[in-house]
Amino acid sequence: MATFSNETTFLLGRLNWDAIPKEPIVWATFVVVALGGIALLAALTKYRLWGWLWREWFTSVDHKKIGIMYIVLALVMFLRGFADAVMMRLQQVWAFGGSEGYLNAHHYDQIFTAHGVIMIFFVAMPFITGLMNYIVPLQIGARDVSFPFLNNFSFWMTVGGAVITMASLFLGEFAQTGWLAFPPLSGIGYSPWVGVDYYIWGLQVAGVGTTLSGINLLVTILKMRAPGMTMMRMPVFTWTSFCANILIVASFPVLTMTLILLTLDRYVGTNFFTNDLGGNPMMYINLIWIWGHPEVYILILPLFGVFSEVTSTFSGKRLFGYSSMVYATVCITVLSYLVWLHHFFTMGSGASVNSFFGITTMIISIPTGAKLFNWLFTMYRGRIRYELPMMWTIAFMLTFVIGGMTGVLLAVPPADFVLHNSLFLIAHFHNVIIGGVLFGLFAAINFWWPKTFGFKLDVFWGKVSFWFWVVGFWVAFMPLYILGLMGVTRRLRVFDDPDLRIWFAIAAFGAVLIACGIAAMFVQFGVSILRRNRPDYRDVSGDPWDGRTLEWATSSPPPAYNFAFSPISHGLDSWWEMKQQGAVRPTGGYMPIHMPKNTGAGVILAALAMVCGMALVWYVWWLAALSFLGIIAVSIAHTFNYDRDYYIPVSDIEATEDARTRQLAQGV
Amino acid sequence: MSHATTDTMRQYWELEPHHHPEGASTSLGFWVYLMSDCLMFAVLFAVYGVLGTSFAAGPGPKDLFDLELVAVNTAMLLLSSITFGFAMLAMGKGDQRGTLRWLAVTLFFGLCFLAIELYEFHHLIHIGAGPQRSGFLSAFFTLVGTHGLHVTFGSIWLVTLMVQITRTGLIPANQRRMVCLSMFWHFLDVIWIGVFTFVYLLGMI
Repeated sequence: MATFSNETTFLLGRLNWDAIPKEPIVWATFVVVALGGIALLAALTKYRLWGWLWREWFTSVDHKKIGIMYIVLALVMFLRGFADAVMMRLQQVWAFGGSEGYLNAHHYDQIFTAHGVIMIFFVAMPFITGLMNYIVPLQIGARDVSFPFLNNFSFWMTVGGAVITMASLFLGEFAQTGWLAFPPLSGIGYSPWVGVDYYIWGLQVAGVGTTLSGINLLVTILKMRAPGMTMMRMPVFTWTSFCANILIVASFPVLTMTLILLTLDRYVGTNFFTNDLGGNPMMYINLIWIWGHPEVYILILPLFGVFSEVTSTFSGKRLFGYSSMVYATVCITVLSYLVWLHHFFTMGSGASVNSFFGITTMIISIPTGAKLFNWLFTMYRGRIRYELPMMWTIAFMLTFVIGGMTGVLLAVPPADFVLHNSLFLIAHFHNVIIGGVLFGLFAAINFWWPKTFGFKLDVFWGKVSFWFWVVGFWVAFMPLYILGLMGVTRRLRVFDDPDLRIWFAIAAFGAVLIACGIAAMFVQFGVSILRRNRPDYRDVSGDPWDGRTLEWATSSPPPAYNFAFSPISHGLDSWWEMKQQGAVRPTGGYMPIHMPKNTGAGVILAALAMVCGMALVWYVWWLAALSFLGIIAVSIAHTFNYDRDYYIPVSDIEATEDARTRQLAQGV
Repeated sequence: MSHATTDTMRQYWELEPHHHPEGASTSLGFWVYLMSDCLMFAVLFAVYGVLGTSFAAGPGPKDLFDLELVAVNTAMLLLSSITFGFAMLAMGKGDQRGTLRWLAVTLFFGLCFLAIELYEFHHLIHIGAGPQRSGFLSAFFTLVGTHGLHVTFGSIWLVTLMVQITRTGLIPANQRRMVCLSMFWHFLDVIWIGVFTFVYLLGMI
C-alpha cells in the first residue's frame, strides 16, 4: 500500500515525493515507457517530422486524418489495456496455495479498474469514433463533417483524457473501485487519495470530446448527405452510426452530470451519494447505468453496420432485409434506455420492477436476432468470398450468438441473483464485446484499410492473427463461464480452493494465444506496409472488394476533398448501381472546392483542459484556475477568427484527378 | 482535356455548380447540443426528485425559500428573454444599434438575476443551510447553481458577441451566433420555469 498525504502546499497542492510509486513493477514499466518515449521523440526530431506532424495531422480538420488519429490512439491504448489483462490473468493463476501472487491489493485493484476504463473509454470508443469519422462522410458522399474544427477539438479532448489516465500510472495512483467507481467506495471517505480523481477528470475531459463528436456526426448525417440520398437510401453502416450517435448525445450528458455530482461529493462535501446526511449511493448506480447500458449499444451498433456492409459485399448481394435492419437498429436504440436496471437486480427493487427490466432486456434479443437472420439470408445463395473481413464476420456470428444467449440467461432475475458479479458475467460481456465489437473492428480494419492507405493488408498474417484471436478468445473466456457457475466472483486477487486453479491456467493460456493474435496483427500491418507497392497489394481502382457504397467511388486513399463532384444517389448501394449503369467518372469541368482551414485551437484548448484536469487531481488550485481561464480566453479568441475556410483551386483538383485517371487506366 | 459528358455521368454526378449555404448545419447542431444540455438538467431534476425530501433533520423548503424574492428573480429572467427577442427583431431589420441596445438591456436583466441568486445563496449558506447540510440542499444548490452557471456563461458570450457585432457588424456569421445565443438564452428560461415550478412552488405547498 502506497503511503500518501493529503496535506497541500500552495505551489504543488498535494503533489509530493509520496506520489512516485515505490513498486519495482511500476518502475520497470516507467523505464521502458520513458526509453520508448525518448526514442520516439528523438526520431521525430532527427527526421524533422514535428512541423509535418503539426501541419498535416495535429491541426488537421480533415475527417479522414482525424479518423486515423483516433484509431492510432485506440491501438496504443489497447496495448496498455491488454497489458493490464495479462497481469490479472497471471496474478489469478499465481495466487493459489497460500501465495499472495505478485501484485499487492492496492496495485491489483488499480489494474482491474484501469483495464475496464481504458478498454471502454480509450480503446473501444476512439476506435468506433475514428471509424465513423473516416467512413460516414465518404459513405454519404460528403466532403467533410458539419463542424470540422469541432471534430479536431473532440479528438484532442479524447487524447487529453487518455493522457490524464495514463499519468496515474507513474504519478500517484489510479482508482481502485472498478470501472464505474461506485460510491460509497469511490467517496472521499474510502478513496481519499488521487485515484478516483484521476478517474473522474480523465473521463470528464474525454467525455466532452465524445459528446461533441456525437453531435457533429449526428448533424453530418442529417445535413450533409449527397443529393438523392434519402434516409432509407443510406448505407447500413451510416444508419447504425446515426443511431450510435443519437445514443452518445442522449447518454453521455448523464455520465457527465453523474460524475460532476460525485466530484462535488469529493471536493465540496455535498451529500449526493454519501451514506449519511440524506445521500443515496444507489442513485449513483442507477444514474451511471442509465448512461452505461446505452453505452453498450453505442459500441456494438456501428459494428453491426460493419458486418452488414461486409456480408453484402462479400456475398455479392444486396443486403437481405435492409428496412428490417434499419428498424431493428432503431428498436435497439430505443430499448437500450429501458433496461439499465438489469445491471443491479440485486439492489432489491422488488419482483415487479425486476420483471419489467428482465423482460425488456429479453426483448432486445428479438431485433438482434432479426439482424442475425438478415446476415444469414444475405449469405444464402450468395457467392461468398472468404476474405479476411468475411472471416471475422463469421467468427462474430458464431461467437456473438453464444454471448447473446448467456446475456438472456443473465436477464432472468432469479438466475442473476446467483450469477451477479460472478466470473460468468465477466465471461458474458467479454463474449459480446470481444466477439462483437473487437471482431467487428478487425473486420472493419481489413475491409477499409485499402481505402484508407491505398493498399491491401497481408492475408497470411491476417489469417494467423484471426486464428490466434478466435481460438484464444474461446480458450481465455470459456473457463470463466465455468468458474462463474461455480460461484467465483469477479475482481478476486487470491484463491483458497486449489481445484479452481486449472481453469485459471487455461484462461491464462488463452490470454497468451490472444497475445500472439495481437502480435500477428501488428506484423500484418508491418508486412503490408513494406509490400505496399507490390501489384497484388496496391489498390489502384479505389474499389478493391467490388464494393457497393459510395466510399468505393473515390480513389484510395481519397483526395482531401473526397469527391471532385458530389455523387447523386438513386437508391440503395449507390456505387453498385453506378457500376451497373456504367456511369462514367467525370474527368473535366472542375470547380473550386470550398474547404475548412486547419487550426491549432483544438490542440491548445485540449492541452489546457488536460492541465486543468491534472491540477484538479492534485489540488493545485492556482493552476486549475489559471488553465480554466485560459480555456475561456482561447475559446473567445478563437471566435474572433472569421477566416476559417479556403477554396481548393481548379488546377490542384485537375492535377489530383488526372493522376487518378492515369492510375485507373494503369489498373485496367 | 476531354470533356465527354454523357447522360449517365450527369445522372450520377452533380456537374453543375451549386451553392452550399455556409453554416447551414449550425442551428441544428446547436439545437442538438441544447438537448444534450437539457439531459444534464434532467439528471439534476431527477436527483432533486430523489433527494428533495432528504432533509437529514435539517431545514426544508418552507424554512428557507422566500417566494417573493424568487418571483422577482423569475421576472428578471423572463424579461431578459423578451428583450433578447427584441434584439433579434432589431437584427432582422438590420438595425445594428438597436440590436446592441437590446442586448445590453438583456445583459442587465441577466446580471440582476445572477445578483439576486447569489444573494439567496449567500443568505442560505450564512444561516447554515449550505450544500453540505443535507441531500436536499446538495440537490437544490447544484440544480439552481448549474442554471446560474449557464446564465453566467451566457452573459460572457453575450458580451463577446456585442464586441464582435460592434467590430464587424451584423454579418451572416454574427447573425448565426445571435440565433444560437438566443436559443441558449430562451432554453435557460425554460429550465428556470421548471426550477421555479418544481423546486420553489411545489416546495412551498
